[in-house]
Amino acid sequence: MALVLIVALPLAGWLVNGLAGGRLPRPLVSVIGCGTVAASFVASAMAARHLAVPSDALTATLFTWIAAGDFTVSAGLLMDRLSALMALVVTGVGFLIHVYSIGYMADDSAYSRYFAYLNLFVGSMLLLVLGGNLLVLFVGWELVGLCSYLLIGFWFDRERAANSGRKAFVVNRIGDAGFLLGILLLATTAGTLQFDRLAGAAGAMAPGLLTAATLLLFMGATGKSAQLPLYVWLPDAMEGPTPVSALIHAATMVTAGVYMIARLHPLFLRAEFTLSVVAAVGAATAFFAATVALVEWDLKRVLAYSTISQLGYMFLAMGVLAMPAGIFHLTMHAFFKALLFLAAGSVMHATQGVVDMRRLGGLAGPLRWTALGFAIGALALAGIPPFAGFFSKDLILEHAYAAAQHGGSLALWLAGLLTAYVTAVYITRAAVLTFFPPAGQRDHPHEAPASMGWPMAILALLSFGGGWVGAHTAGAPLLRVLDRFFAIEPAAETVPGAPLTAISVAAGVFGIITGLLLYRRRREVSLGALGAFLARQWYVEALYDAAIVMPAKRLARFAADVVETRGIDGAVNGIAGLVGQAGVAMRRVQTGYVRNYAAAILAGTILMLGYWLLR
Amino acid sequence: MTVPISAYLALSALLFVLGITGVLLRRNALVVFMSIELMLNAVNLTFVAFARQLLAIEGQLAVFFVVLVAAVEVVVGLAIIIAIFRARDTVDIDDVDLLRG
Repeated sequence: MALVLIVALPLAGWLVNGLAGGRLPRPLVSVIGCGTVAASFVASAMAARHLAVPSDALTATLFTWIAAGDFTVSAGLLMDRLSALMALVVTGVGFLIHVYSIGYMADDSAYSRYFAYLNLFVGSMLLLVLGGNLLVLFVGWELVGLCSYLLIGFWFDRERAANSGRKAFVVNRIGDAGFLLGILLLATTAGTLQFDRLAGAAGAMAPGLLTAATLLLFMGATGKSAQLPLYVWLPDAMEGPTPVSALIHAATMVTAGVYMIARLHPLFLRAEFTLSVVAAVGAATAFFAATVALVEWDLKRVLAYSTISQLGYMFLAMGVLAMPAGIFHLTMHAFFKALLFLAAGSVMHATQGVVDMRRLGGLAGPLRWTALGFAIGALALAGIPPFAGFFSKDLILEHAYAAAQHGGSLALWLAGLLTAYVTAVYITRAAVLTFFPPAGQRDHPHEAPASMGWPMAILALLSFGGGWVGAHTAGAPLLRVLDRFFAIEPAAETVPGAPLTAISVAAGVFGIITGLLLYRRRREVSLGALGAFLARQWYVEALYDAAIVMPAKRLARFAADVVETRGIDGAVNGIAGLVGQAGVAMRRVQTGYVRNYAAAILAGTILMLGYWLLR
Repeated sequence: MTVPISAYLALSALLFVLGITGVLLRRNALVVFMSIELMLNAVNLTFVAFARQLLAIEGQLAVFFVVLVAAVEVVVGLAIIIAIFRARDTVDIDDVDLLRG
């Protein structure tokens, strides 16, 4: 029952705010919006307390959804340690961002619509992480995609926002097509979509089929989690309100792909080829996105590329069998990336919406607390000990190195290390350009109201100290829980931990020093041809334009001008013309003279008589 | 002396053809109308002739029906012709070609 409540509470908030929110006073809308998520968080925490043993799981079955012969799917929920952690992150970070939104969206005319969408998103995301089978997960998966579309295009009167929403929807559809095919392949071959039974059924599946199914599922993950080659929607998703970017496009929804792989780890563990693809795509995306973030001028888009890059780390972790480390990084990333986005939102709030870093600057003075929050988030992102990101990123790199020792490629570890360095450079650049003097503009920026400050303070605390739950020196309580859940023995023991840690910390520190030196006093550094190459996102968008968008437009034009106007309209008009011509020819028969009709009757009678006589 | 059936049929056919000719060629609506009556009565003659030849009553019954229907038809037909005459001051059917396509 508690499980149903976790999902139902935010959905109830969505219904109330969506249907009646326009007529309710704003404080009540805020209370409903934030209160339902807070209640959901409490319910999740209460339910999670029952999971004392790693194999424990709470289940709730609402009804039998599909029953076709031997194949049944029930609308069921499942909470084990993995989904409990996810639910806590979603509702916890979600609640903080709801509270932040009260201040951030205070002047918006569509206040209740915003909170309705936000609640719908939290409910959908909880359905995704608590779904007891792949089909329920898929429903949540699609619903969060819908919410993403609705919230990116929240200010739909801006053309760019509306277009970005559509782009996100279309790109996600491409991945989801693969995801759905993967689900169907599993349904037909494994005969079940229930998570607890899939683990057993996977052992009986042919390796080829399993590889195909997992690859298709991973295709869905590349769409939802913005990996190469389907990452293109996430940078444009920054057209939405900033808290949405923090909640959906950094902390929660985009991690759905990582969660899905963790959830289906019994399948992925048996498909080695898929795992190597996951690791390669993750590492490539991490490096690629980090380099693009290096030359981006839009503060939010820097953070967006940073998110893509960090998600790449998580997939890299999944690919090298470091699932606990991946989930650990997912949680830490939710903290510090939400913090960075909220700080960026606070900057925008103070400057009436300026996100171009060339026009910002000198904000460390007037926005002291925001700057402090951003700095903590940046240090966590750069992987500087003892901030949250250090522990998780270091763990992933250790596992990547260990995988190389066990026959994997060292390139994964090198890409991860290089990315760590670039990450430190770009986030330092963003911090310097935004907060360091000289000031970029004249009017007086003001610090955010308390409702925006407190969520940032809590997230800053979590970004600062949250990493200890996964620190080996502190006993790593989170990792021990997850290790046993995934039933993987920690492989990191076989690698020289201390030197590796030193190398990855050095990468972060050198990155920050490089950033400070390069961009001191907010200089504009020209990277020459390389910079242009990066600014065009390695020409990926240009390639898509040339290879997909332009041919699609030409095809549409062909369909509109040739097929539609000449083919279909031609056929319709042709038939109409033919009937008209026939009418013109046939009207001569209708003379209007009675005798002609009588003669026709006579002729007909004679013909019929002749027929009967001669037959 | 008995008149052979062929004579009746020949007369009937002659009357029928006369009627057809009248319908097809005459322009006066009243004459066309009378020609139609001629055709009906040609058919009546055939019925009566066969009824006597075959000693069957049904032929004579059919004649009653035809006479009855002809009477009704006259009522309706003449009414139409009068209506046309009132509207157009003519009973020339070649002037009445409203249904020309």
